[in-house]
Amino acid sequence: MAIKWLIDASYFVAAILFILGLKGMSSPVSARKGIVWAGVGMVLATVVTFLTPGMGNMLLMVIAIGLGGVLAWVSGKRVAMTDMPQMVAIYNGMGGGAAAAIAAVEFARGEMHGTVVTLLATLGALIGAVSFSGSVVAWAKLQGVMNKAFRLPAQNAVNVVLALVTVGFGAAIVIAPQVDPMLVGAFFVLALVLGAVITLPIGGADMPVVISLFNAFTGLAVGFEGFVMGIPALIIAGIVVGAAGTLLTQLMAKAMNRPISNILFVPMAAAGGGEAVEGEQKEVGAMDAAAMMRYASKVIIVPGYGMAVAGAQHKVWEMSELLEEAGVEVVFAIHPVAGRMPGHMNVLLAEAGVPYEKIFDLEEINADFAQADVALVIGANDVVNPSARTDKSSPIYGMPILNADMAQNVIVVKRGKGTGYSGIENALFYKDNTRLLYGSAQQAIGEVIQHVKAMSV
Amino acid sequence: MDGMLALYIFMLAAFTGYEVISRVPVILHTPLMSGSNFVHGVVLVGGMIALGQAETPLEQAIGFVAVLLGAANAAGGYVVTERMLAMFKSKEKN
Repeated sequence: MAIKWLIDASYFVAAILFILGLKGMSSPVSARKGIVWAGVGMVLATVVTFLTPGMGNMLLMVIAIGLGGVLAWVSGKRVAMTDMPQMVAIYNGMGGGAAAAIAAVEFARGEMHGTVVTLLATLGALIGAVSFSGSVVAWAKLQGVMNKAFRLPAQNAVNVVLALVTVGFGAAIVIAPQVDPMLVGAFFVLALVLGAVITLPIGGADMPVVISLFNAFTGLAVGFEGFVMGIPALIIAGIVVGAAGTLLTQLMAKAMNRPISNILFVPMAAAGGGEAVEGEQKEVGAMDAAAMMRYASKVIIVPGYGMAVAGAQHKVWEMSELLEEAGVEVVFAIHPVAGRMPGHMNVLLAEAGVPYEKIFDLEEINADFAQADVALVIGANDVVNPSARTDKSSPIYGMPILNADMAQNVIVVKRGKGTGYSGIENALFYKDNTRLLYGSAQQAIGEVIQHVKAMSV
Repeated sequence: MDGMLALYIFMLAAFTGYEVISRVPVILHTPLMSGSNFVHGVVLVGGMIALGQAETPLEQAIGFVAVLLGAANAAGGYVVTERMLAMFKSKEKN
């Protein structure tokens, strides 16, 4: 009994540490302490679980923890900062998969006590499996393993029918007096297919919202399986994450002015529409771009996913420092959903050493574009598309954007003439005061740096 | 576990999660998503108990997968979050 008490007390402490940890992570000052606290809670909970009376398969357990833990630890250490979004997606998917697997073990044991337990186990299995396969697809897309947008004919009808059939199988499991292995197996396959099919057509700026949504899903699944296993620490940690993740998802969706239902059922590229854009794109060389910025008094830099892909954040900061030495005021404007996760750009710029004071949110900076001599857009697209303000037929109409087009001059660093990830034409690129600097952000900014240096001598 | 009691835990935990996040600056959205991703890695504990009770080879195999995935969620989630937050610390020193 003393051991049982020790285990319960440890789970209790772990739950407190998780909540304190999340609380700490919501402020920049205490963020690092927050993750350490949560980490201590995790180690504590894991270690005492080994003491649980009557546990078998200890060797298997140690191997599984060692294998999964070490592989994830090493891959997490080695991945480039720019690839973080897909790493979060894949680790999250694994959590969802674990929750679904726990339910599967319980079904295989055939010892479900009561309808409520079976119901929650089934719900957790469904949500966890959807989160697993959906996150794997999200990972594959961001990693570039899978083509960016893939749409089935009558996608929404397929989604709805598949979801209904899966829920139907789930209901049959809950109602059935005994666990039917065939039924359970079919249910898991359906749930996995459902997650993948829902995620396939989603792309562009919607990706971060979907990753966040699956994060909330996994939390819920973990909470439900915690109830099935009778471990309050799992319930608390899971539901806290489920609620926090839901709120975070809402904040992101709001920043894009796209309801979650639109994100899931009206993919941006497929939404089509939008007026045709008149005019042509006017190119500029690295030297002219350098001169425009070198002799400006204020430059606002708008980074986007293109900067992340090229890993150009260090070059961008180097250029900013050179410009500042020459007396130019340089600041960064970050759209809430720039990149593939909210705050993605903040993380990258922080890595390059850009101080907080130079980074501004949409509301803080939008009025300043009118006073800027140059707005430098690096690999960003939808977040600076003025059609969102003016063109009611555009799929992104109503999304708050950075008003880069209001600046005296706009320089856009872009790889080519294409429409980018979401497939929407960008009126900004065709404006009279816009010049395009073609090339990867890394190489284009590198050339600009050379020219700025030459001018400063 | 008592169903009613669990319902109360659900409710209180949901409010806690909502409150904890409600005033977070945009700059921390990504680390926070990653951090909450780490926290649900506690599913590892559930996986361990499921595997600990597993008897048939099928149960053992699924339990093994649960523990493997749970451990990867926890370890990967921690490393990635720590790396993101480490960058905020280095700046405080400057």
